[in-house]
Amino acid sequence: MLEIRNLHATVDGKEILKGINLTINPGEVHAIMGPNGSGKSTLSYVLSGRDGYEVTEGSVTFQGKDLLAMETEERAAEGVFLAFQYPVEIPGVSNTTFLKTALNAVRKHKGLPELDAMQFLKLIRAKAKALNMNDDMIKRAVNVGFSGGEKKRNDILQMAMLEPSFAILDETDSGLDIDALKLVADGVNSLRSPERSMLVITHYQRLLSYIVPDHVHVLAYGKIVRSGGKELALELEAKGYAEFGSPEAA
Amino acid sequence: MAAIATLKDLYETLSPGLPGAGAAGLDRLRADGYARFLADGIPTTKVEGWKYTNLRDLAGVSLAPAQSAANTDFDIPSVAPGKTHRLVFVDGVFNAALSAVGTLPPGVTLDSLRGLIESSPATAAEVLERFPAPKADTGLRVGPNPGRGQSGGLVGLNGAFLAEGAVLTVGEGVTLAQPVEIVFVATAADGAWHPRLLIDVAAGAEVTVAEHHVARGGGATFANIVGGVRVGEGAILRHAKFQEEDDAALHLASVTATVAASATYETFVLTTGGRLARTDVQVRLEGSGASTRVSGAYGVDGSRHADFTSLIDHVAANCTSREVVKGVIDGKGRAVFQGKIIVRPDAQKTDGHQLNRALLLSDTAEIDAKPELEIYADDVKCSHGATAGELDEEALFYLRARGIPADTARALLIAAFLDEVAEEIGDAHLRAYATARIQDRIGRLTGITVDTDVPVLGE
Ligand SMILES: Nc1ncnc2c1ncn2[C@@H]1O[C@H](COP(=O)(O)OP(=O)(O)O)[C@@H](O)[C@H]1O
Ligand SMILES: [Mg+2]
Repeated sequence: MLEIRNLHATVDGKEILKGINLTINPGEVHAIMGPNGSGKSTLSYVLSGRDGYEVTEGSVTFQGKDLLAMETEERAAEGVFLAFQYPVEIPGVSNTTFLKTALNAVRKHKGLPELDAMQFLKLIRAKAKALNMNDDMIKRAVNVGFSGGEKKRNDILQMAMLEPSFAILDETDSGLDIDALKLVADGVNSLRSPERSMLVITHYQRLLSYIVPDHVHVLAYGKIVRSGGKELALELEAKGYAEFGSPEAA
Repeated sequence: MAAIATLKDLYETLSPGLPGAGAAGLDRLRADGYARFLADGIPTTKVEGWKYTNLRDLAGVSLAPAQSAANTDFDIPSVAPGKTHRLVFVDGVFNAALSAVGTLPPGVTLDSLRGLIESSPATAAEVLERFPAPKADTGLRVGPNPGRGQSGGLVGLNGAFLAEGAVLTVGEGVTLAQPVEIVFVATAADGAWHPRLLIDVAAGAEVTVAEHHVARGGGATFANIVGGVRVGEGAILRHAKFQEEDDAALHLASVTATVAASATYETFVLTTGGRLARTDVQVRLEGSGASTRVSGAYGVDGSRHADFTSLIDHVAANCTSREVVKGVIDGKGRAVFQGKIIVRPDAQKTDGHQLNRALLLSDTAEIDAKPELEIYADDVKCSHGATAGELDEEALFYLRARGIPADTARALLIAAFLDEVAEEIGDAHLRAYATARIQDRIGRLTGITVDTDVPVLGE
């Protein structure tokens, strides 16, 4: 599904990712944990093609294709999805217009017929209901006036609509109370399938008791310094990240 | 500016043939206009209020009347097709065949100025004089004799050739169910027109007026428009202007409105056409409790220039004004926003709010914004804000990360930016039409048609 080889990336000329290697097979859920500032969000932006994140070395292959050669929208249309650590507010663009435009762009890319307004509405209502989102939230401007938790749910709604084959969840648990966390985790779990892979980025173990990963990696100062099974998350919870050193050591 | 001598010839040649020539009232109005033009001249950038808009382009413009194409088989824009009272002007000349005034309720008149003059020059002169003229004096600071300048010369030019235009009067307490439309269609390659647009809404009356300026084959035409508006006590006037002429056209307009106690004047101006287009709005809130909403949206690209200049004059107490002007500038386009709010000494409890925002889509796009508050009363609430910026990179990335192509994402964000202005429009017909025209303009600007075909939830 996804193969990251010796990935180096800089932001503003500063090297943040210093040789990442990671292979994710279809159906697998990988978790990346690590201290603040270790480069977790940077990795998610590099994978989704954000401007200003420059790859200086290495490669990323997604379903056999060179992911890094694609524009952001092409990656999304090919099935890469990023649930943002900080979902963006877009005043004046309604959730419905946004999602209908996105969904139809992705469908067009896949050679599927576009959905008309009624088909779209039916679909979004069904998906929103599962996330306990009401009509009011769907028709409001994208994330405007949403609480932190509502924003995260909105991102998961987008994921449910777009049905990506590879989803990156960047600290989707931050800012969620326990009920919202369960709701979001249920939403994510319902999307787990043998064809769909996920990269779950989190600072805390808490999320991983709801979205149980197949593999856990520790990212510290731009490198994956340790990998293991789901029990690694519990160990990190107990010991913290101190043993992985300081930026100077990296 | 064509040489003054040429204009003198033109004035002397055309005057005798204008409707009502020889009737004392009209001759005097035209002579006054001509004299004012000679005295004030065309405003230069040295004149306060014209610093950012240079009219040197007028030099190459034909001031002769336009030669209209014979073919009138073009589509006429409408905010509610078939459901309006409509006057149509082709290259500035009233066209009865294309107009459709329909049945007006008692107390309402809608006439072409030419028709009014032809039936009674004396009455026409009387009507013309009833309306406020734009004041050169746009503030207390400049003193009672500001001298040459402002729009005086242009208003004078309009007066010198006074013949065409529209006059709407709505009698006391009458609500006009259908909107009135005044449509100017440019078909000629060049030529000038100087219409006078007069709207008189008596106490307690209510009316919606849409003004269109479009090109149907028209080119480097010059429209020099003077508007006068009176809103009587407790009356409501919703006024929208859609300026969508050819990219080569020149459009200069001023409208002066007086608003009586508890009355409301709403005005919206869309500026998307013309190589140079300026609308100058002056609103005087004269009676306690009067209110106005002034809003504008513009889109300029290429090397086009759009200017929105406003003066909101709080004369009486307890009045409110709200102004929102937003525009998108691409290429080497240039926009000007000048917004002045005056709160006179008696205008206690004034609530005045002004917002101007520009979206710059290229490095060479330019905005000159000059918000001004002149406050002489102490118990007032006034605010203004001006911003200029680029498209939000984070928002663009968010949209693209969901599979939306970059150019569509841009178009969506531009539409969102401008739609906020359309939200200012109270009348549903006008609002829907404004939104559609904004979308159309964005479509031409970006090459993308934004799909907003999403049913309203709950339907
Ligand atoms: N836009 C940026 N400009 C400069 N430095 C950045 C930028 N984004 C992130 N960084 C830096 O990159 C490092 C990694 O940040 P980030 O990927 O957000 O970490 P994490 O998500 O693991 O907390 C940090 O040192 C941060 O300061
Ligand atoms: Mg982060």
